[in-house]
Amino acid sequence: MDIHRRSLLKGLATAGAAGAAAVTTGGLALASPERRKAPADAVGMLYDATRCIGCKTCVVACREANGLAPERSGDGLYDAPQDLSGSTKNIIKLYRDGNDSSYMKTQCMHCIDPACAAACMLGALQKREFGIVSWDGSRCVGCRYCQTACPFNIPKFEWSSANPKIVKCEMCRHLLAKGGIPACVRVCPAQAVIFGTRDELLAEAKRRIAESPGTYVPRVYGEEDGGGTQVLYLAHVDFEKLGLPKLGPEPPPNMARTVQHSIYKGFVAPVALYAVLGAVLLRNRRHPPEEAQEERS
Amino acid sequence: MTSHAQPIGGAIFTRPFRALSVIFGLAVLLILWRFAAGIGPVTGLSDGYPWGIWIAFDVVTGTALACGGYAVAILVYILNKGRYHPMVRPAILTSALGYTIAGLSLAVDVGRPWNFWKVPLFFWQWNLDSILLEVALCVTTYIVVLWIELSPAFLEPWRDSPVMPLRRAARTVTPILDRALLWFIALGMLLPTMHQSSIGGLMMLTAGKVDPLWQTPVLPLLFLVSCVGMGYAAVVFESALSATFFGRKPEKRMLAALSGAVIPVLLAYVVIRLGDIIIRGQLGRLFAFDGLSLLAIAELLMFLVPALVLLARRGRMDAGSLFRTAIVMMLAGTLYRFDTFLVAYNPGPGWAYFPAVPEMVITFGLVALEIMAYLVIVKRFPILAGGEVTAAAGGVK
Amino acid sequence: MNLWDAHPGLPPQHIKSGLHRRDFMKVITLAAASVGLTSSAAMRIAEAAFKGMKPSVIWLHFQECTGCTESLLRTAHPALSELILDLVSLDYHETLFAAAGYQAEAALKSAMAQNAGKYVCIVEGAIPTKDGGIYCKIGGRTAMDILQDVAGKAGAVIAIGSCASWGGVPSADPNPTGATGAPQLLPGKTVVTIPGCPANPYNLLGVVLQYATLGTLPALDSQGRPLFAYTRTIHEDCPRRAHFDAGRFAERFGDEGHRQGYCLYKIGCKGPETHANCSLQGFGEVGSWPIGIGHPCFGCTEQKLAFRVPLHQTVKIDRPMPPDTYPPIHADHNHISPLATGLAGVAGGALLTAGYLASKKIGASPATPDDTPGARLPAQGE
Repeated sequence: MDIHRRSLLKGLATAGAAGAAAVTTGGLALASPERRKAPADAVGMLYDATRCIGCKTCVVACREANGLAPERSGDGLYDAPQDLSGSTKNIIKLYRDGNDSSYMKTQCMHCIDPACAAACMLGALQKREFGIVSWDGSRCVGCRYCQTACPFNIPKFEWSSANPKIVKCEMCRHLLAKGGIPACVRVCPAQAVIFGTRDELLAEAKRRIAESPGTYVPRVYGEEDGGGTQVLYLAHVDFEKLGLPKLGPEPPPNMARTVQHSIYKGFVAPVALYAVLGAVLLRNRRHPPEEAQEERS
Repeated sequence: MTSHAQPIGGAIFTRPFRALSVIFGLAVLLILWRFAAGIGPVTGLSDGYPWGIWIAFDVVTGTALACGGYAVAILVYILNKGRYHPMVRPAILTSALGYTIAGLSLAVDVGRPWNFWKVPLFFWQWNLDSILLEVALCVTTYIVVLWIELSPAFLEPWRDSPVMPLRRAARTVTPILDRALLWFIALGMLLPTMHQSSIGGLMMLTAGKVDPLWQTPVLPLLFLVSCVGMGYAAVVFESALSATFFGRKPEKRMLAALSGAVIPVLLAYVVIRLGDIIIRGQLGRLFAFDGLSLLAIAELLMFLVPALVLLARRGRMDAGSLFRTAIVMMLAGTLYRFDTFLVAYNPGPGWAYFPAVPEMVITFGLVALEIMAYLVIVKRFPILAGGEVTAAAGGVK
Repeated sequence: MNLWDAHPGLPPQHIKSGLHRRDFMKVITLAAASVGLTSSAAMRIAEAAFKGMKPSVIWLHFQECTGCTESLLRTAHPALSELILDLVSLDYHETLFAAAGYQAEAALKSAMAQNAGKYVCIVEGAIPTKDGGIYCKIGGRTAMDILQDVAGKAGAVIAIGSCASWGGVPSADPNPTGATGAPQLLPGKTVVTIPGCPANPYNLLGVVLQYATLGTLPALDSQGRPLFAYTRTIHEDCPRRAHFDAGRFAERFGDEGHRQGYCLYKIGCKGPETHANCSLQGFGEVGSWPIGIGHPCFGCTEQKLAFRVPLHQTVKIDRPMPPDTYPPIHADHNHISPLATGLAGVAGGALLTAGYLASKKIGASPATPDDTPGARLPAQGE
């Protein structure tokens, strides 16, 4: 290949690269999509780790309310899940480090702008009534992109089933529909987890911090983390020690949305590119290159 | 549309073919087990690592390696380099097979495949925020386009087929195809641009779980550039291999030229990747010399070194060295993809992933199927250029 | 405020047996509480007892060891004899009667005639059914006949003890006499069963008092067992449950765990599958019960367990509950198989080697001066 063509190719490549980079970063420099707000009827749960006594009644109640099979320990004597799973939607974990300890109730955070819902191709996972994120099996292909996307690693999959579901807390939608409250909240003997509208719960959480500042880490986890969640946490140890990831206020879908939409906005760019390609091909067909003509003769 | 391509003929059920079919047969049994027992017993996948080699290799890397058609089409149809025209059909065949196998892998990997058909059809349920949706739709369309682009290879011999319906179909469709093919070729260049970059974009949603050396907003660009390089490398690989093993001389000048086309792509990748790492302030991370940083350095070197070697010596390299360089380039892109999707992906402490034996055998089996299909098609249809031109379809020897 | 203030009509002291009113009320309250009746119901029971409205009780004995009667007799606070004389009218009881023979038979007949349709028939012991039921005859009549006769005219039928409830010990394999429980021989009739070996006397008392006072029987399950006593399992209310949850077990009689009072599950406790209230309501007035003295429960109330499943064979836990341990914040999910890593290594190595060898072969193909694409090699021998 002679110098002429080599530099042409190089130039094209660099130009293309620069152009694409400009588009992407330019797209990012454009205002990021705004952060979504919680729906007006958003409900949630407030878990106060300082009040939890670790009785695990919420774990049992969740199983029964949702018809989930127990996860037997190796000796078969106990229901002892080690983590959320295809048959465990709610679990109590223990953080312990020397004298420092705290219980931690783990379940879906019902994010305001969930990564799982942004990932899902046909919208099987979606925010529905009261802002509850729930799963619709008729639309789920089982691609598990939601599992990859969730920053809290919540959606679980039934790996040993021929008809696998995505399993996670859905705030007992079926009970809420009949005017009830989530099973875990109903049975908690210490009122460590309470239920209400997100605004009420946030206000209550802040009130508790104001009233006894020494008791709590002085912020409510979920107020803005990851764009805000409808399940809120109060604790006396760092949230990261309880397994809650450090997330900025930007919801995870926004970065991908920015890049995706800036390139595909109105589908203009692909159509334009197609037109350009078509034009070049037409032009080349009318002027076959010399090498090809040599070949044919 | 005349071509110098010929079926290369020869027996189908050679020893290598039989060996491949054994592997594929085993894979079929394991796939049946997977559908009966669920994905868990067959793979090393878990809630921490829901995507494994079936995604990272079969789909993500497999489609990138199958970008030969895309890469050669740019050369031949956009840059108008007619002398590479004989490479188009084999490249399109490899692409078509590669993407089809990727589609089959997805059908095996996906947990609820009975809803799979809803993805392209149920447009009112489409979630336009989902990058994976774009990938799925684009790849599905591209598979169709590839087989249409390849169809002249089937229509040519069928034009003289003794089977009347085939003959009539071939003779009716060919002139239509001749006029319309251009628009499919254009589509065949638009679509990979879209989905190969989107495949990179998939991991943008997992912010926080991918190591900062890989997590970047320019993931789509890096995946696009590297896939073009992998496409050229795959074409060099495939043409050198098939030429030698079917008793033909590898076209050294062609290989050298193709290898040359890769150089700017490789350099562009290195520049963009390094630039991105520096701009995001991760240069210190790059030289932390822990496992991940060493992998990132390895990726960069595997892209850079072949580029420099080719720049300096490709005129003097023999076909074997060019072949080895192509392998390094393919491995570079493969490593980059494995790292982005699996190795640099960290869901948190306590999770680990390594593919299980049945999982690997299924992958090997699907690759074996691809090779078997390739062998059958090149032996019975005019794909590879070269050999005496005979009147009868069905090959020379 | 106390009972006497609310009911000034009641005398300061109970008349007949001189039972002090405090003890009297204690008994009433205990009995009422064991049935789940409120204190207001207890007052009504006291009133009814005082007014002498005592129900007639006819107590039948069949294939039994008399243990249920004996356990009733071992209540001492007050002596049960006084209780039975004051609260119910015990018109026929073979163990406690002074009379015998024709006199006893006459008493039975007259009690049945006087209180037909109203008396409480209590059955203790299983009823043999083989060979026409000849294996238990009293006064020339088979147990089967006596049961049909007496229970047939009763206002309420109570089967006390496992033997009367479902056959008990006499019905253990090979059951040579065809021993059966009363309910099976009284189809269509509501029979309250109070299984146990022996039954807990307070369970009986609660049922009888409710019937005496309110004329009703307590809610029963599908086997006729009162829900107030037989809804929950021993395991659910066991005082040693904390040891079970924490994984502290006695492994053998007399070992350290046994001495410490740890859970007896591993030496065969049938508590998880046994419905009874022994852990809440002990025996013998001092709250003693088998597990309390260090012997595993053998499931005496349950037909599927007692005298069927070996004493020291463990049972399955049907409804497992969380243990006393907690999963950590980040559980260990590791499960990589070394075979897989080995295979991957072998495959990877094989592929790289194959690639290298192929490259050598490719390089070895001689180049011809005519470098047109696809020119054939001269006869390479295919």
